[in-house]
Amino acid sequence: MKLFSKNIEAIGAIILAIVWVSPLLFAFWAAFHSTSDAVNFNISSPWTLSNFQTAWVGAPWLQYFSNTFLLVTVILIGQFFVTTLAGFAFAQIQFPGRDFVFILVLMQLFILPEVLIVENYVMVSRLGLFDTILGVGMPYMASAFGIFLMRQAFKGIPKELHEAARVEGCTWLGILWRVYVPLARPTYIAYALVSVSTHWNNFLWPLIVTNSPETRPLTVGLSIFGAPENGVDISVISAATMMSVAPLLIAFLVFQKQFVQAFLRTGIK
Amino acid sequence: MSDIVANERRRQALYGWIMLSPAAILLTTFAFYPSLATFWTSLFSRETRRRPSEFKGIGNYTDLFADPTFLKVVTNNLIYAFSTIPISIIIALAMALWANSKIPARGFIRTAYFTPTVLPMIAAANLWLFFYTPGFGVLDQIGGFFGIPSINWLGQPQTALWSVIIVTIWKEAGFFMIFYLAALQTIPEDLKEAADIEGCSRWMYTRRVIIPLLMPTTLFIMVNALINSVKLIDHLFILTKGGPNDASKLVLYYIWEMAFAFFDAPHAAALTILVLAVLGVVAGIKFTILDKRTHYQ
Repeated sequence: MKLFSKNIEAIGAIILAIVWVSPLLFAFWAAFHSTSDAVNFNISSPWTLSNFQTAWVGAPWLQYFSNTFLLVTVILIGQFFVTTLAGFAFAQIQFPGRDFVFILVLMQLFILPEVLIVENYVMVSRLGLFDTILGVGMPYMASAFGIFLMRQAFKGIPKELHEAARVEGCTWLGILWRVYVPLARPTYIAYALVSVSTHWNNFLWPLIVTNSPETRPLTVGLSIFGAPENGVDISVISAATMMSVAPLLIAFLVFQKQFVQAFLRTGIK
Repeated sequence: MSDIVANERRRQALYGWIMLSPAAILLTTFAFYPSLATFWTSLFSRETRRRPSEFKGIGNYTDLFADPTFLKVVTNNLIYAFSTIPISIIIALAMALWANSKIPARGFIRTAYFTPTVLPMIAAANLWLFFYTPGFGVLDQIGGFFGIPSINWLGQPQTALWSVIIVTIWKEAGFFMIFYLAALQTIPEDLKEAADIEGCSRWMYTRRVIIPLLMPTTLFIMVNALINSVKLIDHLFILTKGGPNDASKLVLYYIWEMAFAFFDAPHAAALTILVLAVLGVVAGIKFTILDKRTHYQ
């Protein structure tokens, strides 16, 4: 009886897993077959790369890729700079008003940048950053979540190391750079993975603030490419989709363990 | 002596504020000021070429409550929230229990569950389009095999919202599974042994021991899922564009549409303020009730 229920569960788990990957598998299948073969599920039909060719010439993908790459890099650098300084101030420096400001920062966890699109659009335009990669990235740099994460990481570092460095005549910035940053490395890696995968996939805000192929990230490019007005068929859309998820998906499959650990460590995306 | 101490204090305060300043400036520019500006905008009428904008008080808000689309969109979003939250939590829990037990192909199963999390919502929508397309889509072909007539899943009001909901559940369940997996690792083995000695069935052990112990995680996931039910709307742009007849339109999509398709910033601002108010209540609940038990500190 016990063995029986165990088997039922294993079968259930595997069926759920197959259901869960099936959209990806079907798209993979469609991407490598002509449209009519793809929709008929003719197992013996020939594999082809022509969908990728059609998709590749249909849009400036290389430009989109490099835009997305630049975007996630700019955001990550900005986030590291801003959250390191702020996290350190909240964790290790005593000053009046600190706790009040920290509550303000926590509030931002719930003021989602996605919700403030109307006024942030006005703000970015006013700063002259409309249709620039910096304009897409800037609202995400002072991530309350990142500040929170860094504060937690810095708080966990033993005070003795701090004192020792001070006795040796290290300045505040020196202590931060030589003691805290190296010791918080796992947190930085986790945060980097989460940040990159979030912003690689972000769509609504980039859709609003970009207006040209020179700044448009992959997600926006993909949505324009697949728009029904363009009349692209399902196999070509699948090819374009596979193409644009490939870098992150391959990275995920290779570094799966680190990825999962990273998501776990950081809690929220 | 006390001079030195006071000096050191002043220096610390100065350093503290200097270090905070980049974050403070950015947060003010892109979160606090825009929130206030949104509120301000929501009090004025829309500026047209003929008429300058004028103070309307709560006029934009009363307009919203008289707008049938607004009521439809709010209802849709409530259905969206109250279906995606419990269903994805239950699936995530089942996934975590399975991925944590000793079953064959565990590596594959974990990967399969988690993969949708790393895909962009736009790509996910493209993948599901292949399922939903009437005629030759995967669902129709399976249905056709059993003699069920073709269904235009995305094109008819009865099914459009549910099709969108399924994609969201597919996308977020694997993400929530991770939190349950982490929590399961912290449950001590001897509880299982004690349950075995008492002759407790596996189901009983899960229901009476595991699920109560996972309660803090469940609450944490619930807050996340609630935020997602406001935030996750990217797939609407590909799958339905809120249609047909607003049947699958959600609040954030409507804000986008009002502001950037109809150029009606004041009403979009009023709706934004309502969303912020709801999120504020959620934040209040989280920081007062839930934080006593979460992992922060």
